[in-house]
Amino acid sequence: MSREETTLRVPFLLDMEYRYAVGQYGRRFFTELRDHARLMGARCPECERVYVPPRPVCGICYRELHEWVEVGPEGTIVGWTVVRLPFIDPMTGEQRPVPYGFAIIRLDGASTSLYHFLDETDERKIRVGQRVRAVFREKREGSLRDILHFRLLEE
Amino acid sequence: MRRVAILGAAQTRFEACKASLAYNELVYGVVREVLDRTGVPMREIESMVTASQDAYDGKTISGMAINEVVGAYLKSEAKVAADGLQALLYGVARILSGEFDLTLVVAHCKESEGDPAAITGLMFDPFVQRPLHLDELTAAALQARRYCRKKGLTPEDVALVSVKAHRQALKNPYAQRAGTFSVSDVLASPLLADPIHELEAAPRSDGACALLLASEARARALTDRPVFIVGVGNCTDAYWTERDLAEAGALQEAARRAYAMAGIREPAREIHVAEISARYAHEELMAIEALGLHPNPVELIAEGRAEFINPSGGPLCGNPPTVSGLVRAIEAYAQLSGEAGARQIEGARTALAHGAGGICGQNQTVVILRRE
Repeated sequence: MSREETTLRVPFLLDMEYRYAVGQYGRRFFTELRDHARLMGARCPECERVYVPPRPVCGICYRELHEWVEVGPEGTIVGWTVVRLPFIDPMTGEQRPVPYGFAIIRLDGASTSLYHFLDETDERKIRVGQRVRAVFREKREGSLRDILHFRLLEE
Repeated sequence: MRRVAILGAAQTRFEACKASLAYNELVYGVVREVLDRTGVPMREIESMVTASQDAYDGKTISGMAINEVVGAYLKSEAKVAADGLQALLYGVARILSGEFDLTLVVAHCKESEGDPAAITGLMFDPFVQRPLHLDELTAAALQARRYCRKKGLTPEDVALVSVKAHRQALKNPYAQRAGTFSVSDVLASPLLADPIHELEAAPRSDGACALLLASEARARALTDRPVFIVGVGNCTDAYWTERDLAEAGALQEAARRAYAMAGIREPAREIHVAEISARYAHEELMAIEALGLHPNPVELIAEGRAEFINPSGGPLCGNPPTVSGLVRAIEAYAQLSGEAGARQIEGARTALAHGAGGICGQNQTVVILRRE
């Protein structure tokens, strides 16, 4: 038998929609972002770590987080890359334009990191420790994409 | 041999849609309640077993998204992607190993966030079954028809289960669906897939639950009214197309193992409360028989002698998948610790919790609990 005859496959297309509840902490985080272009974290009363995005409990101290603090919009690059491999963006179904910069960003005042795009794609111009600032969209809808990207700051 | 006790438990109210809570908030609520009830601080709990399903959560490795709220940072955590009662078995095994004294068992599921028919459809064979749009309901209807035919049951006989379940659920503050229905009300509810009517099928639910397991030594130090897990049994049957759906061989075998471990010879006499994972009314009849609780389940229910079976109302009154099996153990624990409120069965000393998973109950779990 030819190879073609021995490799019959059954196609299965799965179209699955989810409606994730963002919850109480997520609702406040995204509302502040949408209405005031403000990034908020929640501080642990014990270890004083500030979690961004905010969450109900500090995983280390197991204490409830009730104190809200503003963080950013400036921060520091903890790690970065420039993505050059083209792939289909699951959020849009379209190919993501490459290249694009991507970074782990420690916002000022935060103890955890936010992951987001950079406005730079030239690897020679990006470095760990570099200062960045969030660029917000004019029209915001209450999602992480309300931040367009992070802009590298002149030093 | 080491013994394992349940120190405390909590569950959310079952609701069709808990839209205001994210998964981590839902789970934190029940874990917090367990800590508050038992007085055990999270830092003393050494291991966690969680139960959830990636397909319902829309997220792979779904256990990792809740690890901070179950207190799992830098601790031993494992996820069971099956019925929640299997997570309990895993937690018991962890303590019996001698490695851990305290283990938290947690389950969560929100059917409202995904598409349950599509998700249960993924259980089916992709070559000869999925192209036919089979889902769990269709399979259950085929089983119900086969079982009723074999036992000579009428639609009215099966509807009795629903009448009892919804009546008992009136006393359960966690129930999503409860009410005083007659047999004709049940049979007048919409036919979902012949012979199953809406009131004979578990509703779609969101919910979470948690319980804390302890070694006997630790339990005795923390409570003077321990409830012990004295028997466990688990058994898997053939794929649903490869067996007679009117038979419950895997459940009989799981029960045999659990009874042997617990030293139970006459379950009909020795089991005072049974919480059964019947997602469809006919499954309760099958389970009563397979568990040896009564040879004629319809007669038992018709004569009003089945109040000790699913005093909570069972899954027909709220059934978040995965959570449902673990809730059976929590209800059994509540009965034995005298915390079952209006649904309390007086004098219960030995209780049975039953969990099922897979198409037409391919996988079966039985747990026996006893108070001193």
